[in-house]
Amino acid sequence: MDKYTQEYTISQLLTEYPFVKDFLEDHLIPYRGKEHLTLDAFFKYLDPNIIEENAINPDLFTKSLVEYIDLMKQYFVSNKPKQTSITIYPGTHKDGRKESFDSIHIKSGEIIAIVGPTGSGKSRLLADIEWAANDDTPTGRTVHINGRALEPHERFSSSNKLVAQLSQNMNFVMDMTVEEFLDLHATSRLVKDKETIIQTIFNKANTLAGEAFTKDTPITELSGGQSRALMIADTAILSTSPIILIDEIENAGIDRKLALDLLVSEDKIVLMSTHDPILALMGDKRIVINNGGIDSIINSSEEERNILGKLEALDKTLMTLRQQLRYGKTIELKEEY
Amino acid sequence: MDLITVSGPPSSGKTSILLRTIEHFKQRGLHVGVVKFDCLFTDDDVYFAKLDIPVKKGLSGSLCPDHYFVSNIEEVVEWGNNQNLDILITESAGLCNRCSPYIKDIKAVCVIDNLSGINTPKKIGPMLKSADIVVITKGDIVSQAEREVFTMKVQSVNPKAIIMHVNGLSGQGAYELSTLIYDKDKHVATLEGEQLRYPMPSALCSYCLGETRIGKKHQVGNVRKIKLGDS
Ligand SMILES: Nc1nc2c(ncn2[C@@H]2O[C@H](COP(=O)(O)OP(=O)(O)OP(=O)(O)O)[C@@H](O)[C@H]2O)c(=O)[nH]1
Ligand SMILES: [Zn+2]
Ligand SMILES: [Zn+2]
Repeated sequence: MDKYTQEYTISQLLTEYPFVKDFLEDHLIPYRGKEHLTLDAFFKYLDPNIIEENAINPDLFTKSLVEYIDLMKQYFVSNKPKQTSITIYPGTHKDGRKESFDSIHIKSGEIIAIVGPTGSGKSRLLADIEWAANDDTPTGRTVHINGRALEPHERFSSSNKLVAQLSQNMNFVMDMTVEEFLDLHATSRLVKDKETIIQTIFNKANTLAGEAFTKDTPITELSGGQSRALMIADTAILSTSPIILIDEIENAGIDRKLALDLLVSEDKIVLMSTHDPILALMGDKRIVINNGGIDSIINSSEEERNILGKLEALDKTLMTLRQQLRYGKTIELKEEY
Repeated sequence: MDLITVSGPPSSGKTSILLRTIEHFKQRGLHVGVVKFDCLFTDDDVYFAKLDIPVKKGLSGSLCPDHYFVSNIEEVVEWGNNQNLDILITESAGLCNRCSPYIKDIKAVCVIDNLSGINTPKKIGPMLKSADIVVITKGDIVSQAEREVFTMKVQSVNPKAIIMHVNGLSGQGAYELSTLIYDKDKHVATLEGEQLRYPMPSALCSYCLGETRIGKKHQVGNVRKIKLGDS
């Protein structure tokens, strides 16, 4: 019935689809030494004791393998991120009032700030986007991706996940070095030119981070700023999700402007939930949320951008002062403003 | 009444995500009940009771909780039907990585958390391998890359499952989960004659039956000896 298990020998499978090796090992299949057999033949002669001991269900295994190979093929084709657009159509506020916009259109390379009081419905908006709501969430919004509603299988597909998320509370938890970590992520993404990509991410992360780090630093020992920098560089370059959701970027230890530039240069859509005026003004637009719905959409004006310049200067001054404080200097402030 | 079986390693977030999901069911006016299976102790029933829904618990004590589950699920279904539930959810802590409580044709959800380490998916066996939906929790505290790698590992153990990311604290994703796990057209009247998805280990040993003395002469039944070799 199926060519992967009846026509291919195990060794042909491994050559054609190298990821099958991990799959066999993860399922505790003792295939070594039996590579000349097809999987069907292999299972036919497999010792029932081993089947019981390793909790193997040959039938389920074969089905899973076929699904897995098909799934992994999708990763191969969708490796290169393409241009993406999101269109949001109105739903209702908590009190049942219709949202007062016609539609909001966002495309690759744009940065959108999402502002509003806590509990106002920011998370629901982000969830509507992540789920590609189709008038089937509590807000009744509809979200189209590239001009159309997603099919159910696209919504659930892990290989097409729309949104990657970065937030203040996220930490590295794996016990490995920066290099091992990048290698693991790149391997799981099946990228072709692994070495180059790892080097690129490492360099970018170091440009974003206030203090440099080396490839053999354990990821759990990176400082807050260094971790954030590595997470951003890694997500920008290795994650296939076209939309990046950011929940604030703290102002310490990372160049926020460069971080956003990197994300948009990789054609990501950046959605930023923030209360920080500098971050908000770095966006192209602000979506204002209140009472469970979208209240208004504000385009950053020329005037606002001028203020941004001043704010950034202020911010720099503050950073310098912090630095002086940290290194035991006396604080001096030049009155330029 | 629809029946949903939820399983997953201890502390993976089963109760947290169920509480969030049940809130959404309640908003839709659905009548939900929960039965929690555990081994020695649980106070999960208290949390569920706070939602003002019918809840029962069963402690398996000296038995493998999944063995205990199959021995009791028929009565539990009867209870749920007597309560006139729309949805009956069972939560069991998967303590035994060799078994799983899933039943053919009954929706099976496995809850596993991002912090458990990338080798966990392949360690926990049938509970993950044969689930329809895998819910991954605690994504709020690990990096995007680790979430992606973890998801891939889950996928390689169970490629046909729908994988959902749900945050047990904020409830992000719980609404979506609620739309996926409940089928209003499904009516489970009895499980009589239904089958488990995965065979449980075939035999018991003397220790399963309560033996406490150590040594060859006290061992009967299915005894498998560790391979230590000579070196
Ligand atoms: N940060 C974070 N913590 C979570 C999340 N989900 C659950 N937790 C926490 O993890 C702990 C265990 O959650 P429970 O919901 O009790 O887990 P459980 O699987 O029901 O546990 P048992 O029934 O005892 O096996 C609790 O302290 C939760 O608050 C999550 O998505 N993020
Ligand atoms: Zn619980
Ligand atoms: Zn067991």
